[in-house]
Amino acid sequence: MAMTRENLINIILAVLLLAAPLAANAFGQPFYVTLATRIVILALAATGLNLALGLGGLVSFGHAAFFGIGGYAAGILATHGFSGDPLLFGFSGTNQMLVIWLVAMVVAGLVGLLIGAISLRTSGVYFIMITLAFAQMVYYFAISWPAYGGEDGLSILVRNQFPGVNTMRPLGFFLICYAVLMAVLGLFVLIRGSRFGSALQAARQNEVRVATVGIAPFRIRLTAFAISAAITGLAGALFADLNRFVSPSMLSWHMSGELIVLIILGGAGRLFGPLAGATLFVIIEYVLGGLTERWQFFLGLILLGTVLFARGGLLGLFAGKAKHG
Amino acid sequence: MDKIMAEPVLELSNLSKAFGALRATDGVSLDLHPGEIHALIGPNGAGKSTLIHQICGTLRQDTGTIRFAGEDIGALNTAERARRGLGRTFQVSSLAPDFSALRNVMLAVQAQEGSSFRFFKPVMRDVGLIDRSMAMLERVGLKDRARIPAAELSHGERRQLEIAIALALDSKAFLLDEPMAGMGPEGSKTLTGFLDGLRQEAPILLVEHDMDAVFALADRISVLVYGKVIATGTVDEIRRDPAVRTAYLGDHP
Amino acid sequence: MTVALALEQLLNGLQLGVMLFLMAAGLTLIFGVMGLINLAHGSLYMVGAFACATVAAATGSFWIGLVASLACAAAAGAIIELLVIRRLYDRDHLDQVLATFALILIFSEGTRWLFGSFPLYLDIPPLLQGAVALPGGAQYPVYRLAIIAAGALVAFGLYLLIGKTRLGMRIRAGESDREMIGALGVDIRTLYTVVFALGAALAGLAGAMVGALQSVQVGMGEPVLILAFVVIVIGGIGSIKGALLGALLVGVVDTMGRLLLPQLFGLFVPPSQAGMIGAAAASMLIYVMMALILAVKPRGLFPAAHM
Repeated sequence: MAMTRENLINIILAVLLLAAPLAANAFGQPFYVTLATRIVILALAATGLNLALGLGGLVSFGHAAFFGIGGYAAGILATHGFSGDPLLFGFSGTNQMLVIWLVAMVVAGLVGLLIGAISLRTSGVYFIMITLAFAQMVYYFAISWPAYGGEDGLSILVRNQFPGVNTMRPLGFFLICYAVLMAVLGLFVLIRGSRFGSALQAARQNEVRVATVGIAPFRIRLTAFAISAAITGLAGALFADLNRFVSPSMLSWHMSGELIVLIILGGAGRLFGPLAGATLFVIIEYVLGGLTERWQFFLGLILLGTVLFARGGLLGLFAGKAKHG
Repeated sequence: MDKIMAEPVLELSNLSKAFGALRATDGVSLDLHPGEIHALIGPNGAGKSTLIHQICGTLRQDTGTIRFAGEDIGALNTAERARRGLGRTFQVSSLAPDFSALRNVMLAVQAQEGSSFRFFKPVMRDVGLIDRSMAMLERVGLKDRARIPAAELSHGERRQLEIAIALALDSKAFLLDEPMAGMGPEGSKTLTGFLDGLRQEAPILLVEHDMDAVFALADRISVLVYGKVIATGTVDEIRRDPAVRTAYLGDHP
Repeated sequence: MTVALALEQLLNGLQLGVMLFLMAAGLTLIFGVMGLINLAHGSLYMVGAFACATVAAATGSFWIGLVASLACAAAAGAIIELLVIRRLYDRDHLDQVLATFALILIFSEGTRWLFGSFPLYLDIPPLLQGAVALPGGAQYPVYRLAIIAAGALVAFGLYLLIGKTRLGMRIRAGESDREMIGALGVDIRTLYTVVFALGAALAGLAGAMVGALQSVQVGMGEPVLILAFVVIVIGGIGSIKGALLGALLVGVVDTMGRLLLPQLFGLFVPPSQAGMIGAAAASMLIYVMMALILAVKPRGLFPAAHM
């Protein structure tokens, strides 16, 4: 692959994101390691959404549902694993991340399949509103179901475990999350370049064309939506472990909005858009949040400015117009 | 003629479609035989577009049947009809605008070969897929423009690209919706020559306003007026038909 | 369960439906005429509530507050239309969603800045205090009945406005054919601003009226906004009639579901669990209803013709 300017910027971003927490750790500043972990997990969640939104043009305003479901999968499995109470079929939970990730992805993917099967029968604003409504349904369910904390959320007493890594050390957990993000970005590249990715992107550009060559857009989109949900669910499980806490706020519609914002701040349809956007977002949150309690007011202004005047996002400013094959 | 005796590839029987009080398609019966170009002409608003939509499956007929390659396809969706070999081009070019000409054809080739549910192998390193697609572009004379995004192709080149896509689908019949529209005289002439040869590959249902092209190419012509076929016949029969002359050809001296 | 309780909850459902209609009517009108999805509609609801509470507190009159809520919400609507929204008509839905999401952040934090984080309270006007006896013996608040009446009046007013006036004719023309309306010489930019302000005023009115039932606080518009989305998805986007019927359906089904589902589950499981399962199921009921309606009619019950 030729070294385009965008690829160069991507590599710099990836290296910086790895180097910064290593340096922070060396200087005894674990807080910055945690901040970088937050960036990585949000980027992972938004990368999941980017598969549906960036490649498929599916403006899902309900991805918080999958993020939260992943989070609750981690929280519930860990709680049962800790207490030993049976969960389902004699299985009593676990504190192993690998198992938790698998469950989070499968459950989020299946719910994605269900929500997608209904929502993808529609398009345009209907799709936006329906995905939003279904996510709200999951949110209200989490609030009104008291077994796992209801409105108060659910604490994970001890961070879940990963073979060979001390997950309680911030750097250890960061490296796990970073590796997962890089693996998923690699998967994103493969899918984007594959036959499936071609059909998905073509369906975004011209649905009729795709149907006329004999590919049913619905099945392509539904599959993409479910994969997208599974990835965002995985991010949710990691987010729960980062905070050692899950609450309905992970399912709130603000979260869905933020995931879209991450993609757009970074640059829509780009591989590293979510990562650039998450970096910018967390820095804005940290810097502005340190200056004023009302930092979201300024976030709103920045977002408005980006949408109205700088549609390429951060990567658009530095790497030029997005290219398609 | 022998070819009229052969089993028709596409056969519409008594097709009707109404929008409220408007009968856009009114008992249309029409067939397409191997090796022929069957032109469908008619004034604006005669219901040609509605008829094409029904053949492709973007609109459902109220009554009547559509048989294609020996099968009733009236209840199938667009993608299913396309997979059975119904190759269509559009009145207004309909391509994936961000994709290069090559990738537009590759999409058709991958669809024709089977599954699009392959997630890992990069298409741009799939030599077989690229070669087969390039061959289609070469046939329509677009090989040199393979890497240009469809949005940046000229009007005529987009028409050629549409035909390359229809070819790539290994179509059993072509449904060409005004392929000459917006082409210059030179382009029309080239395209006419190309379509002339294409009929050997698969028969063509040609919807066209350009009467020179229709009279040069068509084995048979059907005339659609107010949703009804008022005449079907050879070029000479249609030219002589008094009903056609009053209803339609009179408008085009 | 007594008849009185059922009747009371039915009226509560109607009252919720009326509020949802005021929100959904504006949203669906704005979508129908301008093709815009406006997430910040809930912020205009909040603006109406804050305006009413502030002015009522300053003047001592709920009624002046109510007028202020209409004026402030309409003005806020007109201002954001002129500054932001009109740049979005030609954009895709993603841009519209993002820009109006940004407006929510700006409105919410701006309101916290001006009014602080504590909720405001708005008293029911003396004229509408008290309760009336329902058949069956229960007492029902006059104020809630007044909201239902106000909603019915607005629905009738909108019917007249859209069906019988010049402005309404232009709105209908704008819904069916934007180019034609330009050709008729109607100043389309002004029309859009007026429609947007009208939708904003309806949202503000809803916010002000609900403000006397609940506390007035930042974020109060968002749950209502999402319910209003459910309403217009069910009713069919762009249809006022669909918004009205959808709103009443959602209001009544949601309220009755919360009453009946726990009792229904009580027939099968122990009461302690029935309450929990019933409440959780009731919270999901309208979304399930939306899914079922979409499965049968993907464009809602009354799809607008031009869609």
